[in-house]
Amino acid sequence: MNIEIRNLTVRYGRTTAIDDLTLNLPAGKIYGLLGRNAAGKTTLLSVIAAFRRPSAGQVLIDGADPYENPGIVERICFVGQRLIGQDDDSVKTVLGLARALRPEWDQSYADRLLDLFEVPRRKAVSSLSQGKHSALGIVLGLASRAPLTILDESYLGLDAPSRYAFYEELLAGYVANPHTVILSTHLIEEVGSLFEEVVIIDHGRLVLHEETDVLRARGASVTGPAEAVDRFVDGLTVLAEQRLGPTKSATVYGRLGPERDLAARALDLELGPVGLQDLFIHLTRDGIARVDQPMEGTRS
Amino acid sequence: MFDERSPIYQQIADKIKEDVLTGVLREDEQVMSTNQYAAFYRINPATAAKGFHQLLDEGILYKRRGIGMFVSPDARTRLREQRRERFFDEVVEPVVAQAKVLDIPLSEVIAHIERLGGRP
Repeated sequence: MNIEIRNLTVRYGRTTAIDDLTLNLPAGKIYGLLGRNAAGKTTLLSVIAAFRRPSAGQVLIDGADPYENPGIVERICFVGQRLIGQDDDSVKTVLGLARALRPEWDQSYADRLLDLFEVPRRKAVSSLSQGKHSALGIVLGLASRAPLTILDESYLGLDAPSRYAFYEELLAGYVANPHTVILSTHLIEEVGSLFEEVVIIDHGRLVLHEETDVLRARGASVTGPAEAVDRFVDGLTVLAEQRLGPTKSATVYGRLGPERDLAARALDLELGPVGLQDLFIHLTRDGIARVDQPMEGTRS
Repeated sequence: MFDERSPIYQQIADKIKEDVLTGVLREDEQVMSTNQYAAFYRINPATAAKGFHQLLDEGILYKRRGIGMFVSPDARTRLREQRRERFFDEVVEPVVAQAKVLDIPLSEVIAHIERLGGRP
């Protein structure tokens, strides 16, 4: 489903959780939503899922306001830290609820996933370990087969084999039936390759929205004699700098074409790539992300 | 599987090129689909597709409608030519630079290369 967010603001009392955020997410892609703690990820996702009303601005799902719009809401599956149903409900009861709520619910797939993640069906949801609780959330998210599936940090407490099983299932479902998926996560290195596009928010604002591979190509580290590094990075966005004696290393963000490669070679500088996680850390470190404008290259 | 530090589609394309160059993938042989690649390497299918598109553009692969993608008949020859062009820049140049730093006379380097080349 197509998501359009226009000048969205969400306030809790005096706190502004989302601050005039505009973002377009075309249908049929897997998006990664990245942000530090309290960046506003969960708030943003709850507004998209129509759990919460904006204080100002607008969210449109396939062109319509999702709030109190049952025709749209039943097609959005949001899995957060609180699952549907009451805490003392059993896993089985919660699954029954999902089956009733979700028009595309796939019961045999849900059963297969419950076995895969070894989630006990008769236990109360409140008595599940954090890992099993997350696994149940993943089952609810994937088996809903919803055209818009939102998974908000649905990996907490899961061990690595279970997380990878989750990624494989998510991909298989997506390949079989391309739909819109938003994943929020802190495990950037681990899931980065699943995202077609990445959205980074900080302090309730959009820092960046870009194709994952474009982003990967856009960060670079430049290392060499300090003076030459300074000359090279002139005019580029410098995210971080480090010095070791006469040697300097700068992390830059921007398009570095072949002519920059030549320039670096001429100055005897070493150009190296920067991983997604490192880029994220630099882009959301205090002082840098408080930009008034999203980073260069951000999609409108 | 992939280093996180360069575009994954590029790494996919490079991997397939390497397979063609070394003969793991033969000419006119079908390559795995983008979805199979995506599932195998646990990457977004759009990313895999982008790597394949690059190879189509470069003429390394060709498409048979409704069937899939295949290795072009002249792919190996073309890749070899490309690599030969880059060989002196990317392989020989660093050797010469390193030899200079270490004060190894070029004549010694050449003699060594000729000895290696003379081996069966």
